[in-house]
Amino acid sequence: MTAHPTSSHFKDNAHEALRDAPLQKALTHVRANFIERRAEAAQRLPEFEALRDSARDIKNHTLAHIDLYLEAYEAKVRELGGQVHYALTAKEGVDIVLKLCRERGAKSVTKGKSMISEEMGLNQALEAAGIEAVETDLGEYIIQLRGEAPSHIIAPAVHVNKEQVEEEFRRAHLHLPKDRDLSEPVQLLSEARGVLRDKFLNADIGITGANFLVAETGTSIIVTNEGNGDLTQIIPKVHVVIASLEKLTPTLEDVSQLLRVLARSATGQDMSVYTTLSTGPRRQGDPDGPEEYHVILLDNGRSSMLGGEFEDMLRCIRCGACMNHCPVYHAIGGHAYGWVYPGPMGAVLTPTLIGVKEGGQLPNASTFCGRCEEVCPVRIPLPNMMRHWREREFERHLSPATVRYGLAFWAFFAARPALYRLATDIGMRALHLFGRAKGRFSSLPFAGGWTRYRDFPSPQGATFQSQWRAKSRAVK
Amino acid sequence: MADAVRNPIRVGLFVTCLVDLFRPSVGFAAVKLLEDAGCQVFAPSQTCCGQPAYNSGDRATTKGLARQVMAAFEDCDYIVAPSGSCAGTLAKHYPELFADEPEWSGKARAFSAKCYELVSFLVDVLKVEKVAAHFNGVVTYHDSCSGLRELGVQRQPRKLLSTVEGLELREMKSPDVCCGFGGTFAVKYGELSDAIVTQKTANIAASGATTLLAGDLGCLMNMAGKLTREGKPVAARHIAEVLAGMTDEPAIGAAKTEASK
Repeated sequence: MTAHPTSSHFKDNAHEALRDAPLQKALTHVRANFIERRAEAAQRLPEFEALRDSARDIKNHTLAHIDLYLEAYEAKVRELGGQVHYALTAKEGVDIVLKLCRERGAKSVTKGKSMISEEMGLNQALEAAGIEAVETDLGEYIIQLRGEAPSHIIAPAVHVNKEQVEEEFRRAHLHLPKDRDLSEPVQLLSEARGVLRDKFLNADIGITGANFLVAETGTSIIVTNEGNGDLTQIIPKVHVVIASLEKLTPTLEDVSQLLRVLARSATGQDMSVYTTLSTGPRRQGDPDGPEEYHVILLDNGRSSMLGGEFEDMLRCIRCGACMNHCPVYHAIGGHAYGWVYPGPMGAVLTPTLIGVKEGGQLPNASTFCGRCEEVCPVRIPLPNMMRHWREREFERHLSPATVRYGLAFWAFFAARPALYRLATDIGMRALHLFGRAKGRFSSLPFAGGWTRYRDFPSPQGATFQSQWRAKSRAVK
Repeated sequence: MADAVRNPIRVGLFVTCLVDLFRPSVGFAAVKLLEDAGCQVFAPSQTCCGQPAYNSGDRATTKGLARQVMAAFEDCDYIVAPSGSCAGTLAKHYPELFADEPEWSGKARAFSAKCYELVSFLVDVLKVEKVAAHFNGVVTYHDSCSGLRELGVQRQPRKLLSTVEGLELREMKSPDVCCGFGGTFAVKYGELSDAIVTQKTANIAASGATTLLAGDLGCLMNMAGKLTREGKPVAARHIAEVLAGMTDEPAIGAAKTEASK
């Protein structure tokens, strides 16, 4: 697990994020770009909605038979000369990677983008073991220099502005002459490319994640837009794939359907620029490829989600559409969520993976606007999943006392219609007397949480029910 | 029509807590719209659909309230609410709520099938094509989340608004994006809610409309409260008031003297 989750301080994190001017500027790009591009991509493909159904069904089918597909996948990888390692926890996963590195005397590791690596806290562990780990996805590289976690699952540095990237490069790249122009994105890109080229060529081990693991063929698949994943896995002698269980997919045919919804949902591209299939180590006659091919399959709490109310979450293909469309994410970005996965998918996954005590705030911090579910390519009912967490918290008395008492007080009246009618009628008439002059309250006892930010409209006077009853009596 | 007079559709008005307490005029506007369309309207004794408890994870309280609602409206042909969010709870969430209770799940499904949001009920069920109302002004319409995404309310309000004499509808940017209300969210996460509603009121003001309409009083109280706090000269009303031609009451959060604005 990454060093210190701060999800339990979500409110404070959000408070900071709302005051972070560069972050707020960067977030306007999320609001502006992702949504329109996804909508256009979906529109261009008449069968898009049907494909979403199909994607959901493929994932459900796989999860229902995951034991079978795991066995088939493992057998296939071994048959091809690769090795499969099972890691029950993040720590076990880290230990396997470190062991592989030590046994091969590895000093330098290049990495393709992987959220599982973040979940394992792999970079910190490698560094602590004296092994240089270099992120090769541009966004990941930038945040690695900044010592940050990703703030978005597909656009890890979406919170960073280009001026900040320049600043970081000038700090870290000591070879840079002061007068070198780095004001344009393309110049930043070529600077990063130059630095990374060396790292690619000298790495002992390449570590990538996987978007899909294909049971039929023993193939691992990554999709990228920069081609860094290919260089990471082809050049070093050893390729290590780290992936969680639910990346398993039965056949290449299934993958091709999932690919059709993945990029469209994520960036609005028909396909990502690179879709790279790796099937075992280099075979005789292959022009390139690693000598060793390892797959580390991470569970880290996922098998406990099978068969339960959070199983739907295991369909997630990590496209990021839910956060791209989330008003809460738009307001505060990803870091405020305090661990690896932000946005609606993170709000469901985080309590599952690091515990409800640490992550329980996240599923509460949603308006349930439902836009995430509306765009999810595998139709995960995200608001319902968040509500399940709220139920678990309520059952375990983890909800804040104010909420519990407030709810109990309100429920007492709501369950007694006659008393409710009487009390609300008196209350509203009184409130009306105080509020009628202005029509609103700029502050109100017991409603500070509301009136601190907005006025509270005054009631009109007698309640609807009391007026309706009076009218009915008059008619009779 | 003769048949309708002899045997009118019996509609139970689920008035919603917020309309009941804060803006009864919306309830009476709903009654007028339903009666104009030939319905016989009942408003049985009622409190809340249970949504605040449901969304706070308190399933037991929600079930108790849901049983109370189903009993109160048992005799109605339809149950109609001037709110997409409360109607969504009745129409979509009650069956989920009782999915694990065989003796109640069938009852909940049958009940839910009779529940509608007001404007979509007028258009989709009663086949209302136009309203006899007049409203002089430029309005913009906010699509409240539950109505839009749980019940598909989007086309219907715009259709009826287009028949209001004197009314011009000017769409705001992103009318389908949440206003940040989210029930208890607005108070539990006030600062976040504020950030979201601030985006919303900016879009409302930029539309150039002088009146904001929506189908949910919760969202409206949130947006109206922010508009008045910011001093933005936009009046906020429930769409039923305009469709029924009942706009004599001051706008939401406005004083009597501001009523003429």
